[in-house]
Amino acid sequence: MAVAATAGVVPARRDYVEDVVQAFVVATVFWGVVGFLMGTIIAFQLAYPVLNLDLEWTSFGRLRPVHTSAVIFAFGGNALLGTSFYVVQRTCRARLFGGEQLGWFVFWGYQLFIVLAATGYVTGITQSREYAEPEWFVDLWLTIVWVAYLVAFFGTVLKREEPHIYVANWFYLAFIVTIAMLHIVNNLALPVSFMGTKSYSLFAGVQDALTQWWYGHNAVGFFLTAGFLAMMYYFVPKQAERPVYSYRLSIIHFWALIFLYIWAGPHHLHYTALPDWAQVLGMTFSIMLWMPSWGGMINGLMTLSGAWDKLRTDPVLRFLVVSVAFYGMSTFEGPLMSIRQVNALSHYTDWTVGHVHSGALGWVAFVTFGAVYYLVPRLWGAQRLYSLRLVEWHFWVATLGIVLYITAMWVSGIMQGLMWRSFDHLGFLQFSFIETVEAMHPYYVIRAFGGVLFLLGALIMVYNLIRTMRGEIREEEAMVVTLPAGARAAPAE
Amino acid sequence: MPTKIEKDSVTGVDTTGHEWDGIKELNNPLPKWWLYTFYVTIAFAVLWWILYPSWPTRTGYFPGVLGSLAREELEPRMAAARAAQAVWLDRIAAADTAAIVADPDLLAFANVGGQAAFNTNCAPCHGLGGAGQGYFPALGDDDWIWGGTLEAIETTIRHGIRNNDDPDARASEMPRFGVDGLLTRDEIDEVVAHVLTLSGREADPAKAEAGAALYADNCAVCHGEQGEGVQELGAPSLANSIWLYGSEPEQIAQQIWNPRLGVMPPWQGRLDDATVKMLTVYVHSLGGGE
Repeated sequence: MAVAATAGVVPARRDYVEDVVQAFVVATVFWGVVGFLMGTIIAFQLAYPVLNLDLEWTSFGRLRPVHTSAVIFAFGGNALLGTSFYVVQRTCRARLFGGEQLGWFVFWGYQLFIVLAATGYVTGITQSREYAEPEWFVDLWLTIVWVAYLVAFFGTVLKREEPHIYVANWFYLAFIVTIAMLHIVNNLALPVSFMGTKSYSLFAGVQDALTQWWYGHNAVGFFLTAGFLAMMYYFVPKQAERPVYSYRLSIIHFWALIFLYIWAGPHHLHYTALPDWAQVLGMTFSIMLWMPSWGGMINGLMTLSGAWDKLRTDPVLRFLVVSVAFYGMSTFEGPLMSIRQVNALSHYTDWTVGHVHSGALGWVAFVTFGAVYYLVPRLWGAQRLYSLRLVEWHFWVATLGIVLYITAMWVSGIMQGLMWRSFDHLGFLQFSFIETVEAMHPYYVIRAFGGVLFLLGALIMVYNLIRTMRGEIREEEAMVVTLPAGARAAPAE
Repeated sequence: MPTKIEKDSVTGVDTTGHEWDGIKELNNPLPKWWLYTFYVTIAFAVLWWILYPSWPTRTGYFPGVLGSLAREELEPRMAAARAAQAVWLDRIAAADTAAIVADPDLLAFANVGGQAAFNTNCAPCHGLGGAGQGYFPALGDDDWIWGGTLEAIETTIRHGIRNNDDPDARASEMPRFGVDGLLTRDEIDEVVAHVLTLSGREADPAKAEAGAALYADNCAVCHGEQGEGVQELGAPSLANSIWLYGSEPEQIAQQIWNPRLGVMPPWQGRLDDATVKMLTVYVHSLGGGE
């Protein structure tokens, strides 16, 4: 840093609640591997249906929510909860509200939620609402845990010793509050019996569909975007050791994002029973969302001004910066796909799956990897990571996996959409559904191998982190580059 | 911490003077291109709200200057598509399948339409091009269980086979010779030996000899004296090399012991009359139509 923090006012390290953050980091990595593994398995099931094993518990329909919940709520959720506790204490210079006890309750409560949800999916206990599959009793439990989380986080913000609230905390708070609202409204349901697991939604018909996609899209907007932007706003400037590019941009894009995202859900229901006016509103709000989303990308990337050379020597920073680039790509693709005429081609195809994964793998997972690589040496008191070379390997293997995944899904999705709408000269459909499935097979195989690479990268990370936690350091050549004469290696004092 | 504005030594831009855990913020203005693009997207949205149905009102919604509704746009396009095909479909509806086959133009249309319907409705079981798969018979050869004339194919498609949905469904039931104790295990082995000889294969002569009598008493009434099959009963030929449930002796024995009986849903009612006729013509053309 150009100017060191004023000495003496920063609480000693032991004053912050860190055991809980450590546990969250371990949970993040553990559930990440589980989620990537499940994703790889179901990707191979799509390419080779025999892998469903003819058992109800291992069929694609039951394992798919295990994959989505494991990566979104278990991997992503633990990353968000853990980093928020780490960031809020430091940027508020205050110990976690509720201390260790509340922190541990949130941690174990959240793990219980994950296990209850996942075991339900495998045994067929599900609401069948995408990304909101857990049944009523699991929803109630999560509500309790989430309120405790809000109390711990907001309580810390309230007792802060900093005069202002840092932008990362705005985003964390928006994420926590909005997810609470989405979770409660979308899961309003009437249980069939007190002791039974089954319930029925309070909504019906197209209103049910709209509620579900109001929830579904804002799970993307507030869980996978706002929450991870909060991580970006802390870990990018810390790792780059540069100030955030623009305070004004952070204010404008924060409020624009929060205000616009909540209306974008209807774009999931184009050309359905949803009235046209709601479809038009959903589409236009999605288009207006483009620049507010990019505000976060600009602030992330431009924070590197004066530190771009670090990308060559710091693979952790590279994870963070490439994640922001993927974020920018996905948030351009999203408004594009929300346009009704584009959606007519893309909807229900693999293009959507590719879009989601460019966000999930490229943005959410990469920014999380960057944050985890930042946190582990600090939380475990290690001098540095065990091996930067292994981080480099993780980066390239995972990036190659993402590229294979996304390009395969672009090609197969657009091909699928075009095949569905092809008519011959006599007015008959040119292709049957099964012909489109056969045509997609090679891309399903490529996608599955992309998943294998991504999983492999994560396993490299696990190895590297375990060695780091043990305080070991690998003897390896330093990651340096020869700079041209006169070039500056670091910001001057 | 007091606000202390500094100048960033790298970019020369002022900070806001705030600091959190060592993180500072620069006071850069909003990028111009970002701001103007944001304005353009807002203008686009407003334009769309004016042109198309958009904001809800107390009694309904603002219909938009163009006032287009997806459902209303679809209707004329569907009508035009129907009209374009009606030229052909009306003639197909009025003709029987023999007349369709006799008219080259109608036949060409029916084959295309039949293929489209086949690939969507039939291919999941019978395979693309009627290649057959698993226990679903191939339709591209000349071995027909229930008959391969236009009339027989049409009847099978309309009513299906051994289903509870259509009283006119084709039905017949091969007895469970083994399970119900009609034949002993040894007797079944003898019948199998005889059946193998029907398609010119090697078998134990003594067993085949004994099996011939058992065959004549138990099987010939449906499958024919020489195993030529009887299509009216859905009893397949045993005298060729096409075996739906397997040609190995054990597989034949299994079929006699506890027969598998194929089923097929009725398509009349699910598909319109013209489509059923086009399907008939298409299936008939696949290779083995009688």
